[in-house]
Amino acid sequence: MGTVAVHGLRKSFGKVQALDGVTLDVPHGSFFVVLGPSGAGKTTTLRAIAGLEKLDAGSVHLDGKDATGDAPADRDLAMVFQSYALYPRLTAYENIASPLRARRRSSSEIAAAVERMSGLLHIERLLQRRPAQMSGGEMQRVALARALVRSPRAFLMDEPLTNLDLKLRVEMRTELTRIHRSLGGTFVYVTNDQVEALSMADYVAVLKEGKVQQVGTPTEVYERPANQWVAGFVGSPPISLLACHAEGDRLVGADGWTLPRPRWTTAEDGRPLMLGLRAEDLSVEKRGDTSLSGELYGLEPLGDRTVVDVRVGTEILKIKARPTVTGTPGERVQVTVDLDRAHLFDAGTGLALSQAGR
Amino acid sequence: MAVSVDKAVSPGPVRDHRPPGRRRRGRGRVVIEVAVLAVLAAVMLFPVLWMIETSIKENRDVYAIPAKFFDFTITLDHFKDVFVASGGGPTTLSGSFLNSVVVAGVSTVLATVLGVPAAWAYSRFSVKAKKDQLFFILSTRFMPPVVVVIPIFLMYRQVGLFDTKLGLILIYTAFNVPFTIWMMKGFVDEVPAEYEDAAMLDGYTRLQAFWKFTLPLLLPGIAATAVFALIFSWNEFVFAIFLTSSDAVRTAPPAIAGLIGGTTVDWGLVAAASIVFALPVLVFSYLVRKHLVAGVTLGAVRR
Ligand SMILES: Nc1ncnc2c1ncn2[C@@H]1O[C@H](COP(=O)(O)OP(=O)(O)OP(=O)(O)O)[C@@H](O)[C@H]1O
Ligand SMILES: [Mg+2]
Repeated sequence: MGTVAVHGLRKSFGKVQALDGVTLDVPHGSFFVVLGPSGAGKTTTLRAIAGLEKLDAGSVHLDGKDATGDAPADRDLAMVFQSYALYPRLTAYENIASPLRARRRSSSEIAAAVERMSGLLHIERLLQRRPAQMSGGEMQRVALARALVRSPRAFLMDEPLTNLDLKLRVEMRTELTRIHRSLGGTFVYVTNDQVEALSMADYVAVLKEGKVQQVGTPTEVYERPANQWVAGFVGSPPISLLACHAEGDRLVGADGWTLPRPRWTTAEDGRPLMLGLRAEDLSVEKRGDTSLSGELYGLEPLGDRTVVDVRVGTEILKIKARPTVTGTPGERVQVTVDLDRAHLFDAGTGLALSQAGR
Repeated sequence: MAVSVDKAVSPGPVRDHRPPGRRRRGRGRVVIEVAVLAVLAAVMLFPVLWMIETSIKENRDVYAIPAKFFDFTITLDHFKDVFVASGGGPTTLSGSFLNSVVVAGVSTVLATVLGVPAAWAYSRFSVKAKKDQLFFILSTRFMPPVVVVIPIFLMYRQVGLFDTKLGLILIYTAFNVPFTIWMMKGFVDEVPAEYEDAAMLDGYTRLQAFWKFTLPLLLPGIAATAVFALIFSWNEFVFAIFLTSSDAVRTAPPAIAGLIGGTTVDWGLVAAASIVFALPVLVFSYLVRKHLVAGVTLGAVRR
């Protein structure tokens, strides 16, 4: 078994409220990603689960049992630290062996386990080096090996891939997902990279300023963001947001544009709303009847696609287009909108309007 | 910058792009600097040189007028006199040296054993009014020993610690613990707490994590701190002279001072005793000099 549940975690550092009532439920065997920007409280959450942080309030349950006051050693968890925290005087081998040594395993068992891990993470040639003799990415993989060498209740990983170059990071993403599948443990994985979250997670919890904004599968979080902030944080290029309000069967923009009102929205006329449109739900190439007119603002070729910036009134829409798209800034363009996939948020609270019937 | 003539005219790449006039002025400055430093060094080191000379001169050369700088006969009799009494057997002075070794050694060990864990705790845990506590600890060092020695003398007499080695050990420990805490807190702060966090997740207890992973990293700092504490205890004079009365307990500083004051002073013996007294500090500092440098500069290294 390996379930992790935290309830109502609160923790402040002086005036900073790092955790403000964090509740999470990590099912056994899942790859659970905690996603949030820098300073959201992700590390603090992991440290709270590990028992490294004294909490102001809240409880930690491991395998259904209250472990709030337990010592870290008694929680049977493994952690990859954001700063690696490799022991500077020990070789990579001894670093990886440390969790097994602490648990008094035989040296033949340790040798076998370290060998298996170093093969898995391609660090065989680093084993006799000290941390000072390794690059950041190498240290990160040794830190991963130290965590994975045991089969604990759950693995806690604090941004384990951030210091790798892009190619290695993409490789390691696949690798980690594969390791998760083959080892079958419970992973609580912290990152500020939404691509990482969406591509690796079974579940994503989005954290901001110590509060959980939304928990769900990657699809749920992407397709049905609970609020405007989540919609803006998840997805690249970021979602375009336009101020508007409903008027009869039309949506009227602050800049004067109008669109048919999505059938599912129940918002009363005149209530200030934000219309969220993802880049892939907009098009400058297709022709349709639901469209906004604006002027071309800029092109961002990204190789496999081009992001087209179109200015509608005072606001910029980001639109995904084929790499072959061309245009000159200032030219008039029609932007076709897939309104069935649009998002509406209350402009005051930022909360998503009910999307029942979608 | 010292520029030798060879380098200045060498056909190799010229790194010094200053105009020749300024370079010459720079060389002039070096000459002045060296001269000033040489004079200063001579003035500073003269007492030491004189002490060394006196310790190896025969008595008639010691008192010779005019003073003899070079043409004297070398003898080690004074050093023998420090340790061996005229009738054979050890001198009281050698007993004082032994007392100094015991008192300074034990008090340094005690201060380290007490101070290092305290420093670790102050660095790692949230303690109520931590800053005030640390200031209070430091404030015990503000008081010059002379100010507190009379009350302590009275207290010691009451509880039977007067004229005991234990009494000196306790007072030196009390003075060195705050120093150790402050020095060591700086060193502990430099060691990331996450090593201990990682060790605890590996399955060690907090104390094991400290012992196995943090302590080894603190050794240079501990060595540096201990040397400073040792030197303080070894050199301490005020408490030593007020809180002891018998030769059996007296440490070296008051004992050496006691050699001066009779109608005739055996300067050769005083000089030899002073050298014997200074030697352990020099040797010890030399042995741990690498750690001393590491210790003193540790805070300056950014990780
Ligand atoms: N030991 C501490 N002392 C004071 N403030 C702290 C401490 N640890 C965290 N904080 C503060 O708490 C907040 C949350 O910190 P945390 O480290 O959990 O963020 P994070 O989500 O992990 O960010 P990052 O992505 O940058 O690692 C931040 O505002 C941080 O400044
Ligand atoms: Mg963090």
